[in-house]
Amino acid sequence: MIVGGIDIVSLTATLMGASTPVLLAATGELVAEKSGVLNLGVEGMMIMGAVAGFAAAVATGNPVMGFAMGAVAGALMATLFAFLTQKLLSNQVATGLALTLFGLGLSALIGKGYEGVRPPPTAKLDFGPLSDIPVLGRILFSHDWVVYLSLLLVAVVWYVLRSTRAGLILRAVGESHDAAHALGYRVVTVRFAALAFGGALAGLGGAYLSLVRVPQWTEGMTAGAGWIALAIVVFASWRPWRVLLGAYLFGGITALQLQLQAAGYAIPVHILSMAPYLITIIVLVILSAIHRHGVQAAPASLGKSFHASS
Amino acid sequence: MITLVRRPTPSKLWTYATPIVAVIATMIAGGILFAVLGKHPVEAIRVIFWDPLFGANAGYFRGQLLVKAGPLILIAAGLAIGFRAGIWNIGAEGQYIMGALFSAWLALKIYPAESHWLFPTMIVLGALGGLLWALIPALLKVLFGTSEILVSLMLVYVAENLLAYMSFGPLKNPEGYGFPGSRNLQDYPSAYNAELFAGTGIHWGVVTALVAVIATYILMHRHITGFRIRVAGEAPRAARFAGVIPARLVIFCLGLGGAFAGLAGMFEVSGPAGQVTDSFNVGYGFTAIIVAFLGRLHPIGILLAGLLMALTYIGGDMAQLVLGLPSAAIQVFQGMLLFFLLAFDVLTNFRIRFGRAGA
Repeated sequence: MIVGGIDIVSLTATLMGASTPVLLAATGELVAEKSGVLNLGVEGMMIMGAVAGFAAAVATGNPVMGFAMGAVAGALMATLFAFLTQKLLSNQVATGLALTLFGLGLSALIGKGYEGVRPPPTAKLDFGPLSDIPVLGRILFSHDWVVYLSLLLVAVVWYVLRSTRAGLILRAVGESHDAAHALGYRVVTVRFAALAFGGALAGLGGAYLSLVRVPQWTEGMTAGAGWIALAIVVFASWRPWRVLLGAYLFGGITALQLQLQAAGYAIPVHILSMAPYLITIIVLVILSAIHRHGVQAAPASLGKSFHASS
Repeated sequence: MITLVRRPTPSKLWTYATPIVAVIATMIAGGILFAVLGKHPVEAIRVIFWDPLFGANAGYFRGQLLVKAGPLILIAAGLAIGFRAGIWNIGAEGQYIMGALFSAWLALKIYPAESHWLFPTMIVLGALGGLLWALIPALLKVLFGTSEILVSLMLVYVAENLLAYMSFGPLKNPEGYGFPGSRNLQDYPSAYNAELFAGTGIHWGVVTALVAVIATYILMHRHITGFRIRVAGEAPRAARFAGVIPARLVIFCLGLGGAFAGLAGMFEVSGPAGQVTDSFNVGYGFTAIIVAFLGRLHPIGILLAGLLMALTYIGGDMAQLVLGLPSAAIQVFQGMLLFFLLAFDVLTNFRIRFGRAGA
């Protein structure tokens, strides 16, 4: 199926891969925000995941080790953020920015020796005859394991938040930390855990960028993906399945933009590259216009500091 | 067991002491970082913080100090006003680029005509470029309640792509032998933002930064608008009862920050940088956020913080030359500084008590 020089099937197939980094990061950030903490450091955690994952994969020759290290690096960055905002009660917006600036610098420092190196390849899963189904086979059964893991994680997060006790506590902490504290829940501990989980997913998303999407290490390679992940959480009104929708919409635009470049349209590359950011802004505007007079979708305690004696 | 007890009012002492403590802590942590990188920590700190001011060739570096500090102070002075009101413009980098593009566009269009009116007009256009770019998140916030944080940041990437497009396309030097980048405005007397006193690094941008510090000081501490901004940041509900209109505040704070950032971009492209290239912006818009916080969002503090941060840039370049320290190490250093600052800030609002809290 070719429309205007663009192969729709291959576009849909690449869309899933292109969306995976932001899908992972946005799912993680959703959990953190559901616990009532706004972590603006997603970009910093992603890029640290990208560089740590890349380094570990190159050192061990095993991409799985890379993804694991990426997640660990992201979680460590998130823990630093959690310590500052939850223990030292620093401003969440400023601390998130600090995390991003620090992560961009530290990743550039660590990544110096890795420029131009090729990472070990991540194999696509073998679905046997399923991959040979026309159209659907290529769209659904032609990916590596991380793509499927990201989908599984969305489902798990959705289920845990909706139907488990842990999810209920997490949401309670995010909606009213004072009430949750009065009921005896450990607000700070819950938030540490939620932030670390969010960081791990952001790191995993970053590692997917450097190990599969690009695949190599370049300074500042996340190029705003972390910020787009933050925007997707808002777009999704803090609901896991809408995060999936938002991430795939964004991934589709990225993939389409790249294919338009390849198809040789007379639109300058740099103008096309603006598309994902512009579309993100437009989507944010539409969403905020809809929610203006409706129900408040954000967790009620989002961004507020919690101090037990206050 | 360590517990934090909220102070009835923020500590005056710690308000002034935290930036200093944070700088010292960053130097220690930075020293450890440099040692890990195989450099002698004390020597590295000396090369970064001492040699540019008092070492050999310090005369040259002192001039560079003002060249770097100018845009940082100018941008931070504008951002701090918004931060005071709880309005987070983090897209100054984009506004800086747009200011540069607007003003350079005019100069490159009328080249090689000489006129006394060109430079002042470029200044106006620079401010306008930044202002308009910042008004996008401001208006979206006012009209639809869209997060100004995300929109202003997204627009940085849009501006960066526009900058690359311009320097490879419409603004490319027709006599540049195919190299990307515009004509050099340093070779165009009417547009050149030259040094005012040879060797000092003082150009019109540095003068403007000083004026901005004084103007924002008067605005924030001697004028009712500044009072309203501070009330809006600290007690939004009280501000509303006092007749502060949030929408106006958003437009004012973002617009002012954008105009200042645009001015900084204008003075940079017509002076020290000289050219529109895709690598024209070097992150001043982001570093200015650190400057604003390090200066405690106070104009005088920002002046000092801007000079200190400029010193780390120059010292970092020097350490790269002399010691082979990677340039990213300075970025890490600046990031750590903001972390330590935010961490020690707990002492301003809380007392630390050892042993179990009574309550």
